[in-house]
Amino acid sequence: MQVGFIRKRRRAGRHRRGAAASTLVELRRGEQGILERIDLPPEAGRRLMELGFIPGTVVTAAGCAPGGDPRVFRVDGSEVALRRETAALLKLRCSAPPQE
Amino acid sequence: MSSCDGCRAVGPEAAAASQPRAGHVRTVAIVGPPNSGKSTLFNRLTGLRQKVANFPGVTVEHRIGRAKVSEDREICLVDLPGVYSLSPRSEDERVTRDVLAGQTDAVARPEAVLLILDSTNLARHLTLAAPVLSLGIPTMIILNMADELRRRQGVVDTEALAHHLGAPVTLVSAIEGEGMEAVYDFLSGAVRVPAPLDLPAVHDLAGCRQWAGRVGRRASYRPPAPPVWTHRLDAVFLHPLAGPLILAVVILLVFQSMFTGARPMMDAIRWLVAGSGAWLAQTLPESPVRSLLVEGVWDGVGAVIVFLPQILLLFLLLGVLEDSGYLARAAVIADRTMARVGLQGKSFIPLLSAYACAVPAVLATRTIENRRDRIATILIAPFMTCSARLPVYTLIIAAFLPEYPLVGALVGTRAAALIGLYALGFLAAVATAKLLKSSVLKSEPTPFVLELPPYRWPTLRSLGLRLLDRAVIFLRRAGTVILLVAVILWALAHLPLAEGKAPPIEESFIGTLGRTLEPVIRPLGFNWKIGVGLVSSLAAREVIVSTLGTIYGMEDPGSTGSLSAAIREDLSLGGAVALLVFFAFAMQCFSTVAVVRRETGGWKWPALQFAYMGCLAYAGALVANRLVEWLV
Repeated sequence: MQVGFIRKRRRAGRHRRGAAASTLVELRRGEQGILERIDLPPEAGRRLMELGFIPGTVVTAAGCAPGGDPRVFRVDGSEVALRRETAALLKLRCSAPPQE
Repeated sequence: MSSCDGCRAVGPEAAAASQPRAGHVRTVAIVGPPNSGKSTLFNRLTGLRQKVANFPGVTVEHRIGRAKVSEDREICLVDLPGVYSLSPRSEDERVTRDVLAGQTDAVARPEAVLLILDSTNLARHLTLAAPVLSLGIPTMIILNMADELRRRQGVVDTEALAHHLGAPVTLVSAIEGEGMEAVYDFLSGAVRVPAPLDLPAVHDLAGCRQWAGRVGRRASYRPPAPPVWTHRLDAVFLHPLAGPLILAVVILLVFQSMFTGARPMMDAIRWLVAGSGAWLAQTLPESPVRSLLVEGVWDGVGAVIVFLPQILLLFLLLGVLEDSGYLARAAVIADRTMARVGLQGKSFIPLLSAYACAVPAVLATRTIENRRDRIATILIAPFMTCSARLPVYTLIIAAFLPEYPLVGALVGTRAAALIGLYALGFLAAVATAKLLKSSVLKSEPTPFVLELPPYRWPTLRSLGLRLLDRAVIFLRRAGTVILLVAVILWALAHLPLAEGKAPPIEESFIGTLGRTLEPVIRPLGFNWKIGVGLVSSLAAREVIVSTLGTIYGMEDPGSTGSLSAAIREDLSLGGAVALLVFFAFAMQCFSTVAVVRRETGGWKWPALQFAYMGCLAYAGALVANRLVEWLV
């Protein structure tokens, strides 16, 4: 997957300009990040991993349902809808842009 | 449709035999992730020689069928539930693992496996190949959707892939039937199966995924370009404004077409039933047999058969929505509503299928891992308006409500009334869910995860098979439960014999039963005939239509008027509205009670559910009747 850059996002003043998103929920439409870990019970986490959310994978924020919840993410070749509360538990790696 | 008893008859001794013998039917399992085209492949291989069955004990539905693999050989094909891995957590995965490991009595241990994967997302789907190949069963890996892969410029070297997987690989399009020769060759045993190579540890998901990526790269797999059309369509269907609007229009169109689209076919069947009934009445000599046939079978069962086109149309439209991929988007749009009542998004799919029938809906809840969520979903599923209520609704609405356009030619009054009834059932479900989730079934929320498949054109073949399935189920019900109740009812309506002749219907057993009930249902605006209908509809909801057909047919044997005309004369408007409300709430369905008992493992929940829905139905009907009487 070709990844050019990560657009940074600023949210309610909590993130400095230039700081990368730290969870999936903070990714804006079209932004990408690398998954670091899943802060969910092992059962639920494994379910997400089966759908492609494996740490180290590039996740792209796609659209969302009307109202902004649930949100749709592109991961490992498919699109998966997650509620915001779940997306907030998927932490992103806060390092340089992914290379693959 | 041939039976597949051979599958069960195969004993351990026969299953262990490695060489195909004359007369021995090999069992082959189809395994694959959801949306990989398992059912399409299964339908392609078996055609109409298939049936739906349940694994005993766990009630996970599966299909078994016969496939002719060469001139003189057939195999038994088992379509297993779609899974992403073989680690058993939900019932689906447990069944798949148990069947593959030969740990179930339902079917013989498969002697071969067809692993079907989506070639447009090969690297991820190959992850499932690791646990399946390590079972050591001869496996063919079928890469499906070759046409889509080609169209979107994806490439894969199947020979290299076969070499690295140590299993035969073939690229097919199950929809188009492309590349199926290799599958038949494998099934008839012509392909030599190489031994699997170094496989990753099955429980290490990340390791399996890395292995899959490595194997894909070695087979020079180039993933196809992103599905541009899916992204474009999603921009519209999930648009903040257009999305919900389109969903509303889709729902309205489905309801309206159920009235207008099905009418010509329904009129044709009604004409056939009435014509053949009149012919029978003229041809046969006056006798109890003629009475049984004309008043019992023709008036009773015939009244229900008329609704077949409407039910098929509902399944056709649901099938198009599901196969095209739109249903998954609808689930995403609806998720906020589900979250508000404390249910997880996963409950949405079973609840949606409850619009067809509560029984498969209850079975579909097995994908919900959280037991409390699962029970809550089971308890509210029968509130969703199932297709068995449709005949009752349409009959009453058509009898009492004149049709005139409301929103242009798009939505008429009758469709609006029907939507109102669907909404009523939905609201009852939502309120009940809220009640349950905030009290006895409170639980930690589990995450909502839903994969959105790319949009695809539904195929006539799969839609046709689905409709055929439904028609068979409907007609089987009409030929068994409904026929039986109609005959019993006819007998009760003609007994006890007074001076060797049938009594007037008011003095028959059925009349006595009805009039005993009358004081209880009088406040709802029902007379004794409706009471008899309510009792008989405990077997199945649509039976009330056949019951009323029989009773009114006997009351006025010479009448040529329709059933709806007879009802309009016999029932007040208040009673009609009350009847609709009663049917919206009550749990009149033996099959649902039975399946809930089996799935929840006891009588506690079904008994509670039956009592709760019954009380709600009575109270709702009472209020509705009083309200209408007071208004009119």
